[in-house]
Amino acid sequence: MNQYQLIKLAKRVGLYALIAVVMVYAIFPFYYAVITSLKPSSELFRVDFWLSSLDFTNYVQIFTQKSFVRAIVNSIVVSLSVVFIALLLGITASYALGRVRFRGRTTVMLVILGVSMFPQVAVLSGLFEVIRSLNLYNNPGGLILSYTIFTLPFTVWVLTTFMRQLPMELEEAAIMDGATPWVTITKVFLPLMWPAMATTGLLAFIAAWNEFLFALTFTLTDSQRTVPVAIALISGGSQHELPWGPIMAASVTVTVPLVVLVMIFQRRIVSGLTAGAVKG
Amino acid sequence: MSIPATEGAPQEVRPRQAGYRGTKVRRQRVRAAWTFLAPMLFALALVAGWPLLRTFYFSFTDASLSDTTGALFIGFENYLVYDDGAWYGLLTDPVWWRSVWNTLFFSVVSVSLEVVFGIIVALLLNAEFKGRMLVRAAVLIPWAIPTIVSAKMWAWMLNDQFGIINHLLMALGIIDSPIPWTASATYSMWAVIMVDVWKTIPFVALLVLAALQMLPKDCYEAAEVDGIHPVKVFFRVTLPLITPALLVAVIFRLLDALRVFDVIYVLTSNSTSTMTMSIYARQQLVEFQDVGYGSAASTMLFLIIALATVIYLYLGRRQLGVDQ
Repeated sequence: MNQYQLIKLAKRVGLYALIAVVMVYAIFPFYYAVITSLKPSSELFRVDFWLSSLDFTNYVQIFTQKSFVRAIVNSIVVSLSVVFIALLLGITASYALGRVRFRGRTTVMLVILGVSMFPQVAVLSGLFEVIRSLNLYNNPGGLILSYTIFTLPFTVWVLTTFMRQLPMELEEAAIMDGATPWVTITKVFLPLMWPAMATTGLLAFIAAWNEFLFALTFTLTDSQRTVPVAIALISGGSQHELPWGPIMAASVTVTVPLVVLVMIFQRRIVSGLTAGAVKG
Repeated sequence: MSIPATEGAPQEVRPRQAGYRGTKVRRQRVRAAWTFLAPMLFALALVAGWPLLRTFYFSFTDASLSDTTGALFIGFENYLVYDDGAWYGLLTDPVWWRSVWNTLFFSVVSVSLEVVFGIIVALLLNAEFKGRMLVRAAVLIPWAIPTIVSAKMWAWMLNDQFGIINHLLMALGIIDSPIPWTASATYSMWAVIMVDVWKTIPFVALLVLAALQMLPKDCYEAAEVDGIHPVKVFFRVTLPLITPALLVAVIFRLLDALRVFDVIYVLTSNSTSTMTMSIYARQQLVEFQDVGYGSAASTMLFLIIALATVIYLYLGRRQLGVDQ
């Protein structure tokens, strides 16, 4: 083996070592939560690097708790409704912004961009009042309404970017045939927009599923909470006696669906996150 | 969630063919456009515009959480008031200034670390090796995990008595006694930064990776032929070329970091050594029920972020102008 080959080999080994470090760094906290959740409480305080037992007591405990199951249902209902509303309003708005030239278009786009930069806490008191006056306080409906503040601007923006890339001829043909704008959207664009809608829908779902501040502030009772709040509020006798086993079991339960989604739709998520970033 | 990094102002729609303008079809399309926009604009006005105006208004009143309608207008008293020989109000509260400092410190340190590590991870993912897709998916995991969950996972790993991190550091002989990561005034801010950096490296790495994949291959071939050191190539060729994408990532991360709430709330709750502006404002609003004073703090936070946004839009425009 000559010197050149040796250097090449060393570089290869170095690369794989670095990759291994990054992989461990990215995955270890989740992996550690999984092995913690599978331990009986008696072994919880011994540090283990490998799966030492397969004890499902923690999972049984959280799933027999009515409020946790209820929180999962609430989270699913809220996230799916948010996705539905964001896509419905987003697809029509993005047609207007992406395909039609009209006065005030740039202003509308700037408003949307501005709203997406709002710190949530800046609207907290005003939104609290709106939600209470609509009788939606301590109700998943209030969360569905308030989550549009961060899902809608994002959805409209990404869908507009995608809408713009579709060829002009399609629409011209539709116009020649006398199709109204509504028919153009539903019959011509909708079938072509499915990939973009899947991407934005997925990102909106993840954002709604993970949201914490509004969920904490606009709900009061256990039966109305979403999972992030339920997990944050799991407590033991005192600050130093947190029931780590059940907390980790609950954490793993709400994370697994997301990890699976990410694994399956990795490409879509990446394209959604970077949409437009390098195209300028 | 923020809008993904789309640079600057939106592009213009391609110009239409001559003779098309002003026709019946066009008028119909413009009318339809506004009809389609109306529901979205109404929704945004309801959840963003109106509540924001109310927050501004509340900040000049003595509103409390139980009764927001009967509030009295009190001018700037929530911000600053001179009463009986002393100044009072938000701007004289040392806890508020502490939280401003904490927010800025957290934002600058965590975003800097994320950018450095994000670039390293992106360069790694850009290299050719077997199982690249798998590694890319694995790197995305921290991003997908709910912030609350990642805060809890790290809280457990950072637990002072039973945490794996203290256990490892002691086994390696780096520390003699366990560090109370989340409880100590010295370490808690670093613990928070550690968790945030872990969670957001993937976002920065993906944006940088997307930029890396668009780079022209030929200048790298030229550099290799000339025998230029890879480190020099990175600083002289790669870094300048990915700067626009990097700038976008930095701004989005910075705006996110300035409004940070959940990771800190879960890890260290309302402790003053890590309290940020969002946590301060929410504590006043919800826990102390003082909507007027809390709204004043929210308004200040909004103004700071608005300023950052304006600077970004200005820079973004300029950037586009230079490119074209």
